[in-house]
Amino acid sequence: MSGSAISDLLLSVDGVTIDYSGFKALDNFSMTLNRGETRVVIGPNGAGKSTLCDTIIGRVRPSQGRVLFKGEEIQRLPEQQIVARGICRKFQAPGVLLTLSVRDNLALAARKDRRWWKSFGTGIPADEKLAVEEALESVGLTHRAAVEAGTLAHGEKQWLEIAMVMATGAELLLLDEPTAGMGPAETSRTAQLILGLGDSRTVLVIDHDMSFVEQLAAPVTVMHQGKFLKQGSIAEVRADAEVAAVYLGHTA
Amino acid sequence: MPDLSRLDPLKPFLPWLLLALGLVAPFALSAYDLNLLARFMAMGILALGLVLIWGHGGILSLGQGVFFGLGGYAIALHMKLADLPSGEIPDFMVWSGRDSLPFWWTPFSSPAFTIAAILIVPTLVGALFSWAVFHRRVGGTYFALITQALALAFSTLIISRQDVTGGFNGLTDFYSVFGFGLASPGTGSGLYWVTLAVLCVAFVALRWLLASRFGILLRAARDGENRVRFLGYSPTPFKVVAFAIAAMLAGVGGALFTLHAGVVSPALIGVVPSIEMVVWVAIGGRYSLAGAIVGALLVNLARDAVSSAFPELWLYLMGALFIFVVTLLPRGLAGLVKRKAA
Amino acid sequence: MDALFLNQLFNGASLASLYLLAALGLALSFGLMRVINMAHGEMLMLGGYLAWMTLLVVPGALGIILAIPVAFVGAAAMGGLIQSTLIRRLSARPLDTLLATWGVSLILQQGARDLFGAVGVEVRAPEWLTGSFVVFGVTLPSARLFIILIAALVLGGLALLLLKTRIGLLVRAVNQDRMMASASGIDVKRVDFTIFCLGSGVAGLAGVMLALLGPVTPNVGQSYIIPAFLVVVMGGLGSIVGTTASAIILGLFAALAQIFVDVSVAQMLLLVFVILFIQVRPQGVIAVKTRQLDA
Repeated sequence: MSGSAISDLLLSVDGVTIDYSGFKALDNFSMTLNRGETRVVIGPNGAGKSTLCDTIIGRVRPSQGRVLFKGEEIQRLPEQQIVARGICRKFQAPGVLLTLSVRDNLALAARKDRRWWKSFGTGIPADEKLAVEEALESVGLTHRAAVEAGTLAHGEKQWLEIAMVMATGAELLLLDEPTAGMGPAETSRTAQLILGLGDSRTVLVIDHDMSFVEQLAAPVTVMHQGKFLKQGSIAEVRADAEVAAVYLGHTA
Repeated sequence: MPDLSRLDPLKPFLPWLLLALGLVAPFALSAYDLNLLARFMAMGILALGLVLIWGHGGILSLGQGVFFGLGGYAIALHMKLADLPSGEIPDFMVWSGRDSLPFWWTPFSSPAFTIAAILIVPTLVGALFSWAVFHRRVGGTYFALITQALALAFSTLIISRQDVTGGFNGLTDFYSVFGFGLASPGTGSGLYWVTLAVLCVAFVALRWLLASRFGILLRAARDGENRVRFLGYSPTPFKVVAFAIAAMLAGVGGALFTLHAGVVSPALIGVVPSIEMVVWVAIGGRYSLAGAIVGALLVNLARDAVSSAFPELWLYLMGALFIFVVTLLPRGLAGLVKRKAA
Repeated sequence: MDALFLNQLFNGASLASLYLLAALGLALSFGLMRVINMAHGEMLMLGGYLAWMTLLVVPGALGIILAIPVAFVGAAAMGGLIQSTLIRRLSARPLDTLLATWGVSLILQQGARDLFGAVGVEVRAPEWLTGSFVVFGVTLPSARLFIILIAALVLGGLALLLLKTRIGLLVRAVNQDRMMASASGIDVKRVDFTIFCLGSGVAGLAGVMLALLGPVTPNVGQSYIIPAFLVVVMGGLGSIVGTTASAIILGLFAALAQIFVDVSVAQMLLLVFVILFIQVRPQGVIAVKTRQLDA
């Protein structure tokens, strides 16, 4: 194995099993992500896509297997430490903080020093301020910065959360159904947003919306019943008989 | 519900109005009424802490009486010892058959130790207790129930240790504090000014704290504890620090209350008084610092007026107040003057 | 094994039975609605007074047997009233529910004080309940044996109800996923109401048991309800098995602690024990997994 191959590897999910008292949401599942890569994970309902995100971010703990981020095991760390190492996740149901203003939501996300004893103050460092303004602009919420996040429309909340995830400066972004509840125009815009992130970010996207997945033009991993099923380009996956069977419900 | 939202623009002036009333009161009220007001203001200090943890932190404590009591008993121990001829022990101890002071009483003869204890003991107990529960991610209703069990255990313990705590009757008959005779009118008004000053300092400090990043994170943890975690923050320290600050304010309030009331007893700090403290804030408005002070004053004024004439009526009234405010007026009186968000 | 230990073990079993009867209703509705009724202790009190009144009308052994259904129905009706007029309105605000129902508790206690007096009333237990058995040198009072028996019967009945009947199926469905249950046509509100009445009724029944042990006072419920709250905290969300296990643990702990310390210290130790337990198993005796972000 060459040195560059190791440094390219960002995340590796290695034989992970998540057992919900008998029901295996993930069953000896493995996948890897390289730095700068964008990957889409699809699969029918109950395939374990959200559980995969839950596992990486530390919301559920594997009974078997490891999760390696930058070569270090993270599957036993508390959530906030996993985040501190550079992973951030957007949840399926928008997880914005409803009684905080849009700007405060982003400022919390952009904050680098998250230790509690550094929280007794109101000043925000210039670079964080800039990151907040950039995030606001990228999702078109600048004019809504002062309103309570709870008053945003559903699509706006989705964007706010995407902006929060981006503002954390995390290297690995997990986007769980970022376009849920969005119309076609909003969906395209979200795709543009993700594509605009560039090579510095690694993105794992979970979505059902095939038009959105096509716009991302990224490699696709197909999951089924907690297991790895296929990997390839969107065209390859579409042409695959096994994948079609899974989606139509004719499993072997 | 009367719509008082027209008054919203006047809201920033409410703290100033309260301060003005507080400054005028010593010249306008009789010594008896001033003492009563000072007691209520001491309770207001505790109420400020509840705004911090309950309103902004979503942490309901049904055990604030414990911290109020820790502060109150600390100063009471000091005053008991200060009034004592050297070598003697308080008379209730003699009646209970003791012949020496318990070791943990002795340091309270020092004023400095006593003040330090008032500030530190409730804070430390609050921090340790809340940390033990919060760091295991137990909160919400569970936490409220555990704090109530704490209030019960604490007051029961004091009642049962009659020989060293004064038991059910508590500690009373104080004559001086830090060298000032409590009977002299000057001491009464002096203590009033001290209470007013502490209330103002606590108000300003909490106002700053709530506006700071700490306040934002506390509210964030209230609305979505896990969301905060997935933004890379541990919510536990924010909740624990808030709880410890509220415990400290309760302790200081309890010490000042004991000075004004001349008594501290389990009946003032047990399960029922602890939950009554929450009703002050519920009525004033759980999100509003000024509202909480107003709530503490109003409820205690009402209590004083009603319960002296019809003691049993007060319990009905308080029960009804709880139900009414919580179901129909969740933002309390402060909510009446808040303009609806556009 | 000395007699004192065995004696306290037995007392612990009967204490656990009372905790269990007081906590079952709390745990069931907490599992369903995530709310605690602070006036639940007054359901115990109500049961006690209803037992007393029943015995005024029908004295003797028959009275006690009759008091059980009377107390059950009376407390269930009161619980239903509280649930439908107050708790239902506050369902999304668990902490506010605590406060509002505490208001109800105050009013009920004061009401009992005005109606029956502050001193309390004595229920004369029938003779077959005043005796005792002596086993291995340990005195087992019949009243306490009766309480253990009733608790076991109630527990068995509830288990049958939850596992074998349609209403039990509905309860389990709502317990697992409220939204899905509601979406699939289950009348969630009716399930809530039924369970609330049932739980209050069980508490009323516990009140009859308390009446056998001592005088019924306006605040008789208070001395059992706070340990019952701790039972719920330790039991795990809405689990009957967890609640039972935690009632037994806490009942035995409280009784055995009293071998070494007095009641007041035992109470403090009980709280310390629960907090230590949380350090080891914060999710309670029986854990329930959820997928919601902030459940």
